[in-house]
Amino acid sequence: MTDRAAPTDPDIPVNQSRSESRRIEIDPITRVEGHGKVSIHLNSAGEVDEARLHIVEFRGFERFIEGRLLWEVPVIVQRLCGICPVSHHLAAAKAMDQIVGVDQLTPTAEKMRRLMHYGQVLQSHVLHFFHLSSPDLLFGFDAPAEQRNIFAVIQAYPELARRAVLLRKFGQDIIEVTAGKKIHGTGAIPGGINRHLTLEERDRLLGQIDELTQWCRDALKVAENYCEQHLDMLKSFASFESNFLSLVREDGALDLYHGVLSAQDALGHPIFAEADLTRFNHYLHEEVKDWSYMKFPFIQSLGPESGWYRVGPLARINNCKGMTTSEADLALKRFRAVLGKHCGHSLAYHWARMIEVLHCIEVIARLLEDSDLLTGERVIKGVRREEGIGMIEAPRGTLIHHYKVDEHDQVQFCNLIVSTTHNNTAMNRAITMVAKQHLNGQPNLDDALLNHVEVAVRAYDPCLSCATHALGQMPLQIELLDAQGQRLQMLSR
Amino acid sequence: MSTTFTIHVDGAAIPARPGQTIMEACDAAGLYIPRLCDVEGLAPQGSCRVCTVRDNGRCVSACTQPAMPEAVIEHDTESMNRYRRDLVTMLLHEGNHLCPGCEASGRCELQAMAYRLGITDSNRLPYLQPVRPLDASHPLWVLDTNRCIFCSRCIRASREQDGKNVFEYVGRGIHKRLAVNGNHLADTSAQEGDHAMSDGICPVGCIIRKGEGFSTPIGQRRFDKHLIGEEIENKSGRSDLSTEEAQ
Repeated sequence: MTDRAAPTDPDIPVNQSRSESRRIEIDPITRVEGHGKVSIHLNSAGEVDEARLHIVEFRGFERFIEGRLLWEVPVIVQRLCGICPVSHHLAAAKAMDQIVGVDQLTPTAEKMRRLMHYGQVLQSHVLHFFHLSSPDLLFGFDAPAEQRNIFAVIQAYPELARRAVLLRKFGQDIIEVTAGKKIHGTGAIPGGINRHLTLEERDRLLGQIDELTQWCRDALKVAENYCEQHLDMLKSFASFESNFLSLVREDGALDLYHGVLSAQDALGHPIFAEADLTRFNHYLHEEVKDWSYMKFPFIQSLGPESGWYRVGPLARINNCKGMTTSEADLALKRFRAVLGKHCGHSLAYHWARMIEVLHCIEVIARLLEDSDLLTGERVIKGVRREEGIGMIEAPRGTLIHHYKVDEHDQVQFCNLIVSTTHNNTAMNRAITMVAKQHLNGQPNLDDALLNHVEVAVRAYDPCLSCATHALGQMPLQIELLDAQGQRLQMLSR
Repeated sequence: MSTTFTIHVDGAAIPARPGQTIMEACDAAGLYIPRLCDVEGLAPQGSCRVCTVRDNGRCVSACTQPAMPEAVIEHDTESMNRYRRDLVTMLLHEGNHLCPGCEASGRCELQAMAYRLGITDSNRLPYLQPVRPLDASHPLWVLDTNRCIFCSRCIRASREQDGKNVFEYVGRGIHKRLAVNGNHLADTSAQEGDHAMSDGICPVGCIIRKGEGFSTPIGQRRFDKHLIGEEIENKSGRSDLSTEEAQ
């Protein structure tokens, strides 16, 4: 645990003398991917002014990828993350497809990539729901810290935990047969893929589908039941209106691999829908703030104040007209019957995420029956271009990779807008709401109270650095500081 | 007419012919001595020293030292393998060998040698992290000298087999680096068909053919299925070398 000095915060709304304000830090946040911290600013009355999610790591990939060769990029940039590297691998590969002049992959290449991606979303969602979030949902936000972890889940719900591990393994197995390795493979190359599926691999995966589909149904039921049984809490806990952004298929159906970039407002009215993804920066701009390494994207036409939006499972579920698989489509209808067409509850992300899990396994089953995976042209090339923009729906939301490559095949420019970045403003809003709701007026802030703030962050499944992950138990230290940075109170675990 | 004689490698009697090096005799007998600068088709140079053995108690490079009758050779012992591990470890630290993002991974002889020698902890020495510019000027190849291990295979192939001098070393000591005969590779006479630019000459990812990176899937790369050297151990000899018995 670091005991770092408080960063300068010129934007803090100071409505009283600074000596009267206080700040609490949750550093680092636990059970999320990567490292970040939350600072909560209290006024002299002990009421929350504002809460901020800080990304305290620097992601230097945009800089050190400069000068490298275009075909290296999908392999190098996936090292941003060990949880959903396939997203970066495929987003970069899609950008490099454009640079090697390929707008439409061969059916074999596209289906292999889709299989890889849906396998990845499956394993990532399962990891988040069971390993990271289920302790909060199963034991309660106020449960003792020693109970809020995956090991307590294994003890109390051994069969659920076993299925979680095996479901994740299945997703990882799919990544292995499509990318060559479970983590950081090389399957997608500019213009296509480098391998087919073998009959043995296909049959081995198909043989597990029926059982795993049932497990996905059961997992969805866990999320559904939780949400339905806690409806009042869902509607009050970090629930707010926002715009939503995601890719959707041309006909409006949910699609995780490719589609039209679509933004809708809180009522479901379209803000824009752009099929030419290379024009994304006509619609999205990024704002920089000096207290976080993460940028703040917003919809250009609405401006930074009201143009912020949410991405991820809830955005996809809200934006789409339906699902392309039957059981997930029924699940979507149940979701909308309970929560409405344009749901703004942060905790509903969990339900939306598990609908996608069921959708993934259905899509995987369909793809595995397709003979294009076993044979067919793997790579094509076209007329060379200098710029490519790859976009994909990563588990955590829309992921954008933008590159410029010179005539010698060397990258000259790289900009990555990762899913968590899109949710930046929304997460800050969520934790401010929760902090005001649960911390105001509390004389002593204990671990259970502060966990409410973390629950709000976790709902978005943020990948805070999209780069670095800690092994072992991450320490949590909460500091109560005065305006001069003097520690008034500290909690740690 | 030549006569065979015997050398004793780690106690095993190995047949050899006059004019053969220790490495050639061992290769022909299916006994692999690790090496990086030696490659089939090029005259041996003995610069990497990974093939160091003790010949009657004296450390020599097996790729250049002639086999002599009744020589007692120490090869696959803890002492000699420790030397080899140290040499390969220093190579790993001298350049930028970032295997996770290198397209040579899986077919790289340096990486494969590290695996073969059991180098699992590469943090003993400081990384020098050289900053050498990438030369992507040529339409067919890229030169990434951050990965060069100074085996001189490209220099020798260009000179001996292509009749050119595309590559050469410049600088001395720790400042030595691979250079091309021109400002950039595109300015040289390197062209399609050059032996120096062909697969198997550069043992690492220094000379890269453009546009082919990662096209071989994991599992089908050269060293995915066997250790480096097993082709010699399994085939009992290199194709360009043979004992009188085999003839």
